[in-house]
Amino acid sequence: MAKIELKEVAHTYHPQAEQIDYALKPFSITLHDGRRYAVLGPSGCGKTTMLNIMSGIVTPYSGRILFDGVDVTQKPTASRNIAQVFQFPVIYHTMTVEQNLAFPLICRKVSSDIIKKKVYEVAETLNLHHHLTKSAKKLTADQKQLISLGRGLVRDDVSAILMDEPLTVIDPDLKFRLRRTLKEINEKYKTTLIYVTHDQNEAMTFAENIVVMDHGSIVQSGNPQELFEKPHTTFVAYFIGSPAMNMYSCSIENDKIKLGQQKLKLDYDLNRLKSKNIKLGIRSEFITLGQDQQENTIACNIKNDEDFGNYRLLTCHFDDLEIKVKINRKEQINADTISLHLPPDKCCLYENDVLVN
Amino acid sequence: MTLIAKNITYRPDEEFHLNDISFEMNKGELYTLLGRTLSGKTTLLKTIAGLQPFDSGVLLYDDQRFDKLPVWQRNVAMVYQQFINYPHLTVYENIAFPLKQRKLAARSIDEQVRQSIKTVGLGGFENRKIHELSGGQQQRVALARSFAKKARIMLLDEPLVNLDYKLREQLRDEFKNLFSAELSSESILIYSSTDPLEAMQLNGHTIVMDEGRILQHSTAKDVFENPATIKVAEITNDPVMNTMRGSISEQEIVINSDFKLKLPDHFKNLSPGSYIFGIRAAELTIHENGIPFTLEFSEISGSETFLHLENNGVSLVALMEDLVAIDAHQKLMIDINVDQMYAFDMECQLVKSPFQE
Repeated sequence: MAKIELKEVAHTYHPQAEQIDYALKPFSITLHDGRRYAVLGPSGCGKTTMLNIMSGIVTPYSGRILFDGVDVTQKPTASRNIAQVFQFPVIYHTMTVEQNLAFPLICRKVSSDIIKKKVYEVAETLNLHHHLTKSAKKLTADQKQLISLGRGLVRDDVSAILMDEPLTVIDPDLKFRLRRTLKEINEKYKTTLIYVTHDQNEAMTFAENIVVMDHGSIVQSGNPQELFEKPHTTFVAYFIGSPAMNMYSCSIENDKIKLGQQKLKLDYDLNRLKSKNIKLGIRSEFITLGQDQQENTIACNIKNDEDFGNYRLLTCHFDDLEIKVKINRKEQINADTISLHLPPDKCCLYENDVLVN
Repeated sequence: MTLIAKNITYRPDEEFHLNDISFEMNKGELYTLLGRTLSGKTTLLKTIAGLQPFDSGVLLYDDQRFDKLPVWQRNVAMVYQQFINYPHLTVYENIAFPLKQRKLAARSIDEQVRQSIKTVGLGGFENRKIHELSGGQQQRVALARSFAKKARIMLLDEPLVNLDYKLREQLRDEFKNLFSAELSSESILIYSSTDPLEAMQLNGHTIVMDEGRILQHSTAKDVFENPATIKVAEITNDPVMNTMRGSISEQEIVINSDFKLKLPDHFKNLSPGSYIFGIRAAELTIHENGIPFTLEFSEISGSETFLHLENNGVSLVALMEDLVAIDAHQKLMIDINVDQMYAFDMECQLVKSPFQE
């Protein structure tokens, strides 16, 4: 396993153009050995380009890639010892599960008793050991994806396992099982796992560290809790969390922040704000049902009350603005209006779409 | 007047693709087919469209044999998982195409096309070519085309599954309003999904499918609150409902020797004996008076945290409503909200739910 460093890496697919149109703007990042990472962003944000640069499928326009300090920028995929898992399971349909798992080792001319031992060990971790003699094509989608993964795990020399949306074809309840296995593998083998996805839920569940990308740039890198509670930009606030963070353009009046006709008091020196482009964000999870006279409480009309099973989502209106609030499924609400309390420590303040508090 | 299926079975090889499917669907209503991949949802939709033969059974529409009609006489519109459009035509031409085939008057074609474009929010994109659109926009075109057709049956086969997470979230939100506005009293809309959240949000009639069979057919709320079997409870909950074997004896629920629970009021009339008990992840909380469990690991998902717990071979998943970081391998005291407990018999059939009178 290895530490992966990308230094001042940038990429364009049109290097001849007069003005460089970057698919990936210059950035540096270090991925530490044995950890779980997710690279998260919408289609076209540059995440697959980043993955392909790590695996060697794409050579970057500029910058260097180091594996454990060794420059591999110009090295082909084959000599990088990267294992990859793609959206759709890539397995040898004519082979058994055992033959599938043994294949990378046979190619590397490993002795047969080591192969046997290693294959069984990995199969046991992946809970495939009861299926070793079965034809691979007879397995379920998640088991097939485990075989793709297992072929990476049987090799001792793998630097990292790169996964591009590996759970796309897997049903929700099987995803749960597969994610769990991935984590166990990470703990057992200390494999660096890098997981590319557009699905914030998957990223938050899987990774210890999430790299959020937008328009070819890394906009924030941090653990799930940081991204959720203190998103660095309004884009991250929108992209992380479901529903997106409630977000309002506001103005400043004396020591208060004004959204619509409502004034809120925050624990932040508003005199430090220079720009007119000020936004306030609050997660629907952090809003509480309040009393009328309480500070930072807004009276709203309830427009919609949806039952999602695990929780209820209220869509409320005040001063032509919309606010979404998550409440307990069993909460009794007997009126069309409701008072919502916005705790100051849970409010995020953005100047030119960048977090200030 | 209705669409009626009677005992439709399709068994091309030894496996059932459709197994004794019977239902009645009313005009002006929305039906969600909820089930995992390969549960028969797509096969059933194709059967209704006339794209899929079957071995036995009948399909009636307004008391006429629908299955005897060729595809083009059925007046059915289908939207697929893949974004299927005419790539060489503009947005406008794509939507107008089926209407032109039907040789409608130019003026009424124009009216219907413009109306559908407006409905799906593609105003301003009329003259764009398909390849100039994002995936979400392409799927809106397919949707608009099926709306414009004013088909008597609209079939939507997991239309959001190939879209970015955030877009899916946004469209899911729009769909509900769209469907209630667009669904005329003359047409039936059938929507397939693997996602229980989606079914809850669409809030229509819900048909739960597994292995080619219909397991339950009721409202979204009822299927969630009163799942007929453990299988239904698995399919309609994300994370899946926790189940544990145990018994009722002497006013107690006994799971194992040191794991006993107070008998809730709604179980008072159940006869003593063996049951399988079900409890949702959201009904477990950390509480000092709870039962000791070992935390195997915790994972954050979106804006929630899952705790994977174990006590003497009983594995449960608890859902915390915020992001919490708890170290694994420690003891946690877990309170189980017995008032929300389900009892299933040993054949996995529902005996008592907390929502039954």
